[in-house]
Amino acid sequence: MSAEADPSKTSVAQPGAVLCLDGARFRWPGQSDDLISIDDLRLEAGEHLFVRGASGSGKTTLLNLLAGVNTPTSGSVRLLGTDLSELSASRRDQFRADHIGVIFQQFNLLPYLTTLENVTLACSFSDRKRVRAAADGDVEATARRLLHALNLAERFHDAQVNRLSVGQQQRVAVARALIGGPEILIADEPTSALDADNRDRFLDLLFREAEAQHCTLVFVSHDPQLADRFSRTIELRSPDADQELAS
Amino acid sequence: MNVLRIAIKSARFRRTSLLLTIFTIAISVTLLVGVDKIRKESRSSFVNTVSQTDLIVGARSSPANLLLYSVFRIGNATNNVSWETYESIANQDGVAWTVPISLGDSHRGFRVMGTSTDYFDFYQYGDQRPLVVGEGQRFDGVYDTVLGADVANDLGYALGDEIIIAHGLVSADFAEHDDKPFTVVGILEKTGTPVDRTVHVSLAGIEAIHVDWQGGGRSGVELNAEQALLLDLTPTSITAFLVGLDNRAETFRVQRQINEYPDEPMSAILPGATLAEFWRTISTIEQVLFVISGFVLIVGLLGMLTTILSTLNERRREIAVLRSIGARASHVVSLILVETLLVVTAGCVAGVGLFYGLLFAARPMIARRTGVDLAVTWLDATQLSILGGVIIGAGVVALIPGIVAYRRSIQDGLALKV
Repeated sequence: MSAEADPSKTSVAQPGAVLCLDGARFRWPGQSDDLISIDDLRLEAGEHLFVRGASGSGKTTLLNLLAGVNTPTSGSVRLLGTDLSELSASRRDQFRADHIGVIFQQFNLLPYLTTLENVTLACSFSDRKRVRAAADGDVEATARRLLHALNLAERFHDAQVNRLSVGQQQRVAVARALIGGPEILIADEPTSALDADNRDRFLDLLFREAEAQHCTLVFVSHDPQLADRFSRTIELRSPDADQELAS
Repeated sequence: MNVLRIAIKSARFRRTSLLLTIFTIAISVTLLVGVDKIRKESRSSFVNTVSQTDLIVGARSSPANLLLYSVFRIGNATNNVSWETYESIANQDGVAWTVPISLGDSHRGFRVMGTSTDYFDFYQYGDQRPLVVGEGQRFDGVYDTVLGADVANDLGYALGDEIIIAHGLVSADFAEHDDKPFTVVGILEKTGTPVDRTVHVSLAGIEAIHVDWQGGGRSGVELNAEQALLLDLTPTSITAFLVGLDNRAETFRVQRQINEYPDEPMSAILPGATLAEFWRTISTIEQVLFVISGFVLIVGLLGMLTTILSTLNERRREIAVLRSIGARASHVVSLILVETLLVVTAGCVAGVGLFYGLLFAARPMIARRTGVDLAVTWLDATQLSILGGVIIGAGVVALIPGIVAYRRSIQDGLALKV
């Protein structure tokens, strides 16, 4: 089952759909049941999707499909008009580097780099992000601007990341996911390690910066309370139950 | 930031465990290079102990034995060569020079060698290097002695000091020629050969201290130093002699002639050939050493493999993060390979450093104890190829964690297994 927040946005898909799943099925070799089965899901630019699912419902598998780490067993996953199945593994990695930002539950950062280095790291694997991040100024200045916008004071920018609180670390992760203006932001339970106050502030900042960058947000969580903030919601069920999405 | 920089920063973050690995590799490299160095130095020291000498002649015995006592002052002659035989060969056509050697006595653990002054003119070692009297002069009188550098240094002797020669090779109060002390008139410069550890006296000196001895003890008649000088001190026999020929091409003919000498059984050996042959016999030990250090290296590489494999577990998170920002599986593999190469290269550098450190530290001691003077030189082709082999071997070994990391990063994807 999935909730539908704004039916008007789910008209016939435009060719410019940011994300488009068509009969996408996924199972590991040797498995008898599909882990993921999504018949039709389209997301237009500016829409934000909330994916709700309990643990074991295939959230991680869906993220891997959306990020192009895995490809569907059948059906298609199209991002920005590109069918990921048609790309080689390394082209999919490059596609992810160029067009997607990812935020994990926690431990997003490399402990041996400073805050700033962690943010600019996203530009190491993508020329596109590097060029875009350097469009006004240089990459480092852009990173600092993003960190400021996410309420991280200057004194934390050159600190080792293990000095930062969990909330701060998650905001650094947002900065890294957003630098270079990717079209899609995938967040996997990014608030689960935060308390309620921090969670709300974090979500406010996340939405504000995603909007500022015209970035489509795909947000996975088990917490149904968060669904209200999103224009679209789908729910994942564990593999044995029916999966369905209302569009 | 490229993969290399990420690898360096990541490695620095985990430096404690990696330092241990580097240390293990360093020890292996030091062992390998050190054994190779010692092998070569021993060989060259061996072959250079005596040079420009065409034949060494002594009473019939095995070539190795003759070589050992005449050149290395190790062991004893089985028999002597009579003075007449010596003179007849020395005066033969085609013989350019001879140096007689008379052994059998010692001074506080150092061998005493009776010889003629031709020794200083014709004995050469290393790359045609002659003996140089550093202080004082050659012996002239019967009771003069010229010391090797180590003898003077170890025992603290200076010119003018008097020394007592002991009969035989073990110093004992009852068997000393204490009635006929020798005066130090010269000290040789260091050669790095057994010459350094030799006390040189004239053949007449050897004869003089034995005039009133019979066999292993004193005879009834005692003659003091002055009285002995009045006698004819031409020796009746010597232990061995070195021969230089006018024409080296004659070496084999002269050798055969001496070996078939009708009046006395003798052996003539070519020092170079015998040294090389002898070296082959003892170099099996070096080969064994080399094989053992090879095993040490394998253990070191396996240790490295274990360390890297175990760090892969703690690095799953790091790898998932890198994958999430677009790192390919091949990036992950190169991260592992780069780290391995960094560790091994650091291990090699540290190992070579340790090797030179030990070389400098142990050089004086080794020269003093063995007469092998280790040359401080750059690494040669073998040693460099040892290092290359270590790095290539490590690269091959690192493919294992590389493949594991590759398969995992495909499998895990963006899942964070904590």
